[in-house]
Amino acid sequence: MEAAGAAPLVEPPRRSTMLATMSDAALQASLVELIRRTSTQLPDDVVRAVRAARGAEAAGSNAAYALEVIERNIGLACDKSQPLCQDTGSILLYVNTPVGYDQIAFHHAAEAAVRAATARGYLRQNSVDSITGANSGDNVGPGCPDLHFHQWRQPHVEVKLMLKGGGCENVGATYTLPNPSFGGRDLKGVENAILDCVLQAQGQGCGPGILGVGIGGDRVTGMACAKAQLLRLLDDANPDPVLAGLEQRVVAKANQSGIGPMGFGGATTLLGCKAGALNRVPASFFVSITYMCWAFRRQGVDLAADGGIARWLY
Amino acid sequence: MAVIPLTTPLTEDIARSLTVGDTVEITGRLYTGRDAVHHRLHHGERPPVDLRGGIIYHCGPVMVQEGGRWVCKAAGPTTSTREEPYQWEVMRDHGIRGVIGKGGMGPKTLEGCQQYGCVYLHAIGGAAQVCAERITRVDGVDWMDLGSPEAIWHLWVERFPCIVTMDSRGGSLHRQVRAASEQALAALKA
Repeated sequence: MEAAGAAPLVEPPRRSTMLATMSDAALQASLVELIRRTSTQLPDDVVRAVRAARGAEAAGSNAAYALEVIERNIGLACDKSQPLCQDTGSILLYVNTPVGYDQIAFHHAAEAAVRAATARGYLRQNSVDSITGANSGDNVGPGCPDLHFHQWRQPHVEVKLMLKGGGCENVGATYTLPNPSFGGRDLKGVENAILDCVLQAQGQGCGPGILGVGIGGDRVTGMACAKAQLLRLLDDANPDPVLAGLEQRVVAKANQSGIGPMGFGGATTLLGCKAGALNRVPASFFVSITYMCWAFRRQGVDLAADGGIARWLY
Repeated sequence: MAVIPLTTPLTEDIARSLTVGDTVEITGRLYTGRDAVHHRLHHGERPPVDLRGGIIYHCGPVMVQEGGRWVCKAAGPTTSTREEPYQWEVMRDHGIRGVIGKGGMGPKTLEGCQQYGCVYLHAIGGAAQVCAERITRVDGVDWMDLGSPEAIWHLWVERFPCIVTMDSRGGSLHRQVRAASEQALAALKA
């Protein structure tokens, strides 16, 4: 028996009122709007970074031309409410839910929203059976959309969405250390592996890009950590000073590589690098790197109790 | 930068006159063709359209049907390097004069450009609205069984903007940038 006055070992769940009141229709409508906005409007932090990059390129250069087209594209997509990029990518949903929230119902609502957004042209038909080659036509199928649920002790549901195109996904990589070309199991080895990824990715993942890096973990958790880094704001500072230093060095060095926007040559190769670290088993040392293109489609919402959108997050 | 206007079909002379760094604007017909189309052509299937003098666009557009007509909602380039094993063959067998894509291609394609008189045109990756704005009509579609992004869409474009990054004289901007950046990053190693 617990001593009187001692805190209970497990905090009792705080059941939120939204569990009972959220309607499927309202939730689905919110998710369609989240998809529409994510596909057609870049978040402010990314737009600011693209603008700054344009200022860094020599007038009349191919790099300046590329960034000028990119900026015009950002404006057009927003005005026309049409996809920034025709590759509307993998649909990655990160969902924080209160204790007791029905995640299965959310999953169904997300699938319905994805189908509706596809029919309206906010999403391309992007879900292909890997064995038969058949396109499901509605972006729903095994692994599509990709939902990552987490419980939290807030009373509301938070939904973050990334649309990650195949061109940039293809140039992500997992490195293992030690490696004779990059170095040992230390920050030097990590930094050199990341810079090799930048070199290999050139031109193919539409640059200037943004890297998410997961140091450690296993082959799944390391890459999951890398992708989750992309949920951070581009202009945030990593609270870990060692990782903050690594992020800054990678961006500075990548931007001295001369790869430039679209691999045309130029001053801006990366708009950002965000790194996280996980513990690893003694035998493994993975550096997992995910590359995000300039068309960095990420948005998020806090949902109101009725399923409507209470707040935009980016 | 002076812009060179191009009209399809392209002649061999026109294709061979273009040089790395040229900015062009294309008016006329583009056929989309990406992974599955190249795979089929490689296995000897006859293309459903006449590609002679034509331009293949590495693109999987977003298409929706509105009032019985196809409307293009977004249509930027996809990564071209995946077609590296096949592209030279399409130049040889089907007489294409231009390839539009992004990221550039490798030595086989560059050799194909030299041998058969073709040019690689770089559109701006991710700029699907800037590209779609120049697509004034969707005139048809073939091989829809491959799924919409992989089908052959018959696009009519007006002043579609590209930069020549691989030419018929063996020039490749991609090879240049790769070599220079490899050297620069080697010097910056931690």
